[in-house]
Amino acid sequence: MADIRFIQGNEACALGAIYAGCRFFAGYPITPSSEVAEMLSEELPLVDGVFIQMEDEIAAMAAIIGASLAGKKSMTATSGPGMSLKLENLGYACITEVPCVIVNVQRGGPSTGLPTSPAQADIMQARWGAHGDHPIIALCPSSVSEMFTETVRAFNLSEMFRTPVIVLSDEIIGHMREKIVIPQEGEIPIVNRKKPKVPPHEYKPFKGEEDFVPPMAAFGEGYRYHVTGLSHNEEGFPIQSGELVHQMNVRMHNKIYKNLDKIIKNEVYMCDDAEIIIFALGGAARSSKGAIRHLREEGIKAGLFRPLTIWPFPEEDLRRVCSRAKNVLVVEMNLGQIVFEVERVLSCMGVKIDGMFDSSGEPFTPLSIVRRVKEIFQR
Amino acid sequence: MGFNYHSYLREKMMPHIWCSGCTHGIVTKALIRAIDKAKFDKNKVVVVSGIGCASRMPGYLDFNTLHTTHGRALAFATGVKLANPELHVIVVAGDGDAVAIGGNHFIHSCNRNIDMTLVVLNNNIYGMTGGQRSPTTLEGDISSTSVYGSIGNPIDVVNLAIGAGATFVARTTTYHVHQLESYIYSGLMHKGFSVIDAVSACYTAYGRRNKQRYKSAIDMLNYMKNNVVNISAAREMNSEELKGKIIIGIFKDSLEPEYCEEYQKMINRVKNKT
Amino acid sequence: MASRYEIRLSGSGGQGLILLGIILGETASIYENKNAVQSQSYGPEARGGMSKSDVIISDDEIDYPKAYNVDFLLALTQQSFDRYTKEVKKGGIVLYDSTLVHSPKEGDYRLIGLPLHETAVRDIGKSMVINIVSLGAIVKISNIVTIENTEKALLKRVPKGTEELNKKAFYAGVSLAK
Ligand SMILES: Cc1ncc(C[n+]2csc(CCOP(=O)(O)OP(=O)(O)O)c2C)c(N)n1
Ligand code: SF4
Ligand SMILES: [Mg+2]
Repeated sequence: MADIRFIQGNEACALGAIYAGCRFFAGYPITPSSEVAEMLSEELPLVDGVFIQMEDEIAAMAAIIGASLAGKKSMTATSGPGMSLKLENLGYACITEVPCVIVNVQRGGPSTGLPTSPAQADIMQARWGAHGDHPIIALCPSSVSEMFTETVRAFNLSEMFRTPVIVLSDEIIGHMREKIVIPQEGEIPIVNRKKPKVPPHEYKPFKGEEDFVPPMAAFGEGYRYHVTGLSHNEEGFPIQSGELVHQMNVRMHNKIYKNLDKIIKNEVYMCDDAEIIIFALGGAARSSKGAIRHLREEGIKAGLFRPLTIWPFPEEDLRRVCSRAKNVLVVEMNLGQIVFEVERVLSCMGVKIDGMFDSSGEPFTPLSIVRRVKEIFQR
Repeated sequence: MGFNYHSYLREKMMPHIWCSGCTHGIVTKALIRAIDKAKFDKNKVVVVSGIGCASRMPGYLDFNTLHTTHGRALAFATGVKLANPELHVIVVAGDGDAVAIGGNHFIHSCNRNIDMTLVVLNNNIYGMTGGQRSPTTLEGDISSTSVYGSIGNPIDVVNLAIGAGATFVARTTTYHVHQLESYIYSGLMHKGFSVIDAVSACYTAYGRRNKQRYKSAIDMLNYMKNNVVNISAAREMNSEELKGKIIIGIFKDSLEPEYCEEYQKMINRVKNKT
Repeated sequence: MASRYEIRLSGSGGQGLILLGIILGETASIYENKNAVQSQSYGPEARGGMSKSDVIISDDEIDYPKAYNVDFLLALTQQSFDRYTKEVKKGGIVLYDSTLVHSPKEGDYRLIGLPLHETAVRDIGKSMVINIVSLGAIVKISNIVTIENTEKALLKRVPKGTEELNKKAFYAGVSLAK
């Protein structure tokens, strides 16, 4: 019998993590993400997993990296102020190529901001928050079901590419309860990191294979390698040579950007005949879909482009889907972030781009978007 | 016959970055001997560090080694150990690493009592970044950010560890190399969180600036030799007599519930119920 | 998407409106194979002050998760009555507590006043079960889910040992609405 539940997005995220094979969670309480930690503190011991509440988010991020190096799939969850603290070691996970999942249930900011209200103002932080050049994968669920499935996908991508993956949710999706049919075991394939096939003395922990991704041994398995946040060579030891450093950075970039087909995922809704395409993510996409329902009832041809993978940015798909549209409206719960990326990607395509921005902590109502679309058409 | 360090070193990583006269090498050797004496399987040893001169040590050691971010080594180590309690997890940290930027992690690691060993290479200065004041810089001493003399009491790593709940706490100096090895060994054998405060010397960034006490790197070791007081003797001395002295010895050695074991007990308890 | 049905449960913190919303959502999604979404106000509002919980039920996919064109409003305080009746759609239903809401304003909606609080206190002996009494009334009036399925969801959700009490409260609400 199907396992149907009526639960919060954050709870679905926790269950998705367990399904994906997560066996280590370290966190620090923060609204509106705490339900993820609370549920995992209950669930993980039942599957011989570890839950630990650390002294702060810096430590939590560090602990999940340590656990991943010791062979466990690991995750942390946080929001705004906590995400800012994670960034230091997020960069560390990038350069050391340690798979792990970071959930950011976005709330209003900056600083303490609006702890219990939604926002989507950490989109650029997700991409560029950690200092230095680094690729990142960030996924944006838009429903309770997707909190489950995108968390599973986050683990799969992190294992496949040896990289941290951010689940960039928001308070709307994290806190709302919705019907979810829990996938059966085996229904969603689970990816595990590749292990070295060579004996220890031949192992190069940071040498990419054809897919640019190096196999990863766990501490304790006999490979005795070095991991450092300094720029390093294929063996993991610090290097000064600019050329080698550059090569390493390029490989880490390539492992994401040359594998886009495995990473990019979008929902394209009623775009075939659309004159105006709304670009929206997460909670804002739900409002936008409501608006499209009203607009279509009135005979206005509107569609939705909703990235489930926001980083790397779905450049090609967006260009293709928007090739026939006259207008694009970017709806985001911030004062204008992802709109710049949309503008960059669609420049020279002759499509008019507008933005609808709000940082009040109140989700857009469908009717407010309807009004905006009409204004655009009346211009 | 002398001890053979070669099988524990990554010799292709040599030469190391440490200055001549730096005592970080002395701690490295003491740690190697202690691990050897403990007969740990090399594949099961993980050495974790943060950032600083001291933290470069793991790179030279042929174990699983993890060189992390400044101050965070204990938090990384916590993840490693909890994920696989079979591993012997050892953390090495500078004084800045351990009790300045890493102070919060230090306190909570002591409190959790996870079975790990922390060796603090306490040279009273930020060596790597060129000699800025650290929380253990002695009052009145000169550093590049306390050019008129450091203000305030230095943090006592031992007292902090005891106060926060570490279950094995010892201090000795890099002059007393046998005792250092023996304390680290005891720390490794101890079930619970152990802290060894290894009084260290950085002539390059600290000694040089404090000629009132040290004329050379050797002087720094001689100072240790001449100014240590054993903990039992110290108990009979008043604070005036103890001024400028380095108290060494085992300050605490107690057996208390260890985190990983308690966690496993909890798993067993809840799984039996369901 | 005519099947979208929006319920807003409003009152003050401590009246159990979130649980009420969850039971409605569970009934629809688990026992009736419909879609449902529930959301609530968080923060200071949920700590004793005004409280609201929205439930959307639909046969189709539910996009926007909050109520903005309310089909059914439950108002258990005057303050929430005043604030939320504006968002009730033409011809929608406003169910209010006839003792806690002293001046119910007429509007383009069907107004129903019931002694929910009184029933909880007098018949059940616990003001706390006002949410469950309301649940019975809402289900009876709206017909959005069946009484039998709601009972199933209710009994699964409430703490062990309180099933009879809650069942009694639920059917007291159903009877009130007859
Ligand atoms: C977040 C952060 N802040 C500052 C630094 C710069 N930094 C590198 S090492 C160091 C101090 C090292 O001192 P200590 O821990 O005592 O080690 P030592 O070099 O003396 O052995 C500092 C401040 C850094 N790497 N990261
Ligand atoms: S600067 Fe000081 S701590 Fe660093 S290597 Fe030189 S002597 Fe050692
Ligand atoms: Mg130092």
